[in-house]
Amino acid sequence: MSLRIVVTVKYVPDATGDRHFADDLTVDRDDVDGLLSELDEYAVEQALQIAEDADDAEITVLTVGPEDAKDALRKALSMGADKAIHVEDDDLHGTDAIGTSLVLAKAIEKAGYDLVISGMASTDGTMGVVPALLAERLGVPQVTLLSEVSVEDGVVKGRRDGDAASEQLEASLPAVVSVTDQSGEARYPSFKGIMAAKKKPVQSWDLSDLDLEAEEVGLEGAWTAVDSAAARPARTAGTIVKDEGEGGKQLAEFLAGQKFI
Amino acid sequence: MAEVLVYVDHVDGAVRKPTLELLTLARRVGEPVAVALGAGAADTAAALAEHGAVKVLTHDAAEYADYLVVPKVDALQAAVAAVSPAAVLIPSSAEGKEIAARLALRIGSGIITDAVDLEASDEGPVATQSVFAASFTTKSRVSKGTPVITVKPNSAAVEAAPAAGAVEALDVTFSAQATGTKVTGRTPRESTGRPELTEAAIVVSGGRGVNGAENFALIESLADSLGAAVGASRAAVDAGWYPHTNQVGQTGKSVSPQLYIASGISGAIQHRAGMQTSKTIVAINKDAEAPIFDLVDYGVVGDLFDVVPQLTEEIKVRKG
Repeated sequence: MSLRIVVTVKYVPDATGDRHFADDLTVDRDDVDGLLSELDEYAVEQALQIAEDADDAEITVLTVGPEDAKDALRKALSMGADKAIHVEDDDLHGTDAIGTSLVLAKAIEKAGYDLVISGMASTDGTMGVVPALLAERLGVPQVTLLSEVSVEDGVVKGRRDGDAASEQLEASLPAVVSVTDQSGEARYPSFKGIMAAKKKPVQSWDLSDLDLEAEEVGLEGAWTAVDSAAARPARTAGTIVKDEGEGGKQLAEFLAGQKFI
Repeated sequence: MAEVLVYVDHVDGAVRKPTLELLTLARRVGEPVAVALGAGAADTAAALAEHGAVKVLTHDAAEYADYLVVPKVDALQAAVAAVSPAAVLIPSSAEGKEIAARLALRIGSGIITDAVDLEASDEGPVATQSVFAASFTTKSRVSKGTPVITVKPNSAAVEAAPAAGAVEALDVTFSAQATGTKVTGRTPRESTGRPELTEAAIVVSGGRGVNGAENFALIESLADSLGAAVGASRAAVDAGWYPHTNQVGQTGKSVSPQLYIASGISGAIQHRAGMQTSKTIVAINKDAEAPIFDLVDYGVVGDLFDVVPQLTEEIKVRKG
């Protein structure tokens, strides 16, 4: 039987752009170019490798986001994923991580899955909690923050590199996996891949397709509230010296003056 | 006064510094009740009492080491049921955030991660976060349920505040999910003898300019002269010169030490995201135009192979 892999991806504002907040204190997505979150490329890559090693596998990429989020799906399809699902609904604006995990879990269940693969975190919110939330909601094992992953005979194995130790993990499918940026460089889409992606199916679902009510998501449904967002004051200009043989000593003098030595 | 649960990060009973910082923040919101799990849990009580824990709930079982995350979520959920706290505070480690997320969902509560400060308000704890590569500061609240908040290391000072710290056994029943992900092997990281990167008061980092794994000895010598932790930029880690566990930046660790010394690091947004909130920033770089110099309190434009050894020598001389 075919191994059904669902990869969750996020469309995020480019980190090298001028990211800021909209008036309602949600992330402004209009003024900054968006793209597939770099950390999700690693999830797509591992899905492709697992699928290549399996006898028969199908990769679905899934995103929740506004119209432009299709770009993220298209990138994943051009890397080699088979099909895509885009959950899009005006009522989703301002949804927090808990709400996002609800929408993703409903969509994953509707799509059908043996393995869910996520990136370690988004590059905008950077919470890194969605994979754990998905495992909790789906009631399946969480095998997360893997630097190495493999699937064989219905079992997922991987290496999780923590601060204190490196752990070998193992769980039966179905399961939720997240991979780090150490899991292996993501491939670039080939020209052939880009052309093929244009013909791959992208399904659009809204909240009613997932039996969700508007009150369960969006800013109103969020379980957290942002009261204020302020740009960090620029650091005051420091002293810059050119090393003319005494640079190290001058720096030591500065550090001593600041009581670090 | 309302009680606040504090999840204890410890290694065989030795409490890690971020947990003691959490106790400082917890005392602003209520009376800290600590939850310590696994081998050595009861041994944490003295240190926790010293820093303000009125109670220490403990439980030990093989499941905490043998299975990933979920057994700890089960235990914290039991503690929430037993104590009905005003908030739950958890250190912002990779595991801490996963525990917090699952706990929040189970108890129907909102979650805030990576807080760098916490204060009490009429509407519950208000968390300060540093977002978008530390270019914005936000203040947020949990608006539903019992606030679950994870806090970054170095967000508060460790303060002595002696309290009873009475040890009580926590009653835990593991869920069906607890044994879902088995830990089949564990290789402890070799100790370098240096401070933990995220907890260190001083961090010395090297980047592309270090130009080779063997040259990181220069960075390590400087770090050792200051009792500092060693960091590395993504470029240096991707080149294989230094381990990923030492990476500072968006996909590595985010640090906020008293002093950050960047050597041979240009200061791409990726790196700035992980160190921009450091109190004092110093950089050494050959390129006067490098963006890192926009952040520094003191910068030296020069060759790190000249400047770093001279600096290390001078520190040794001054320290005698």
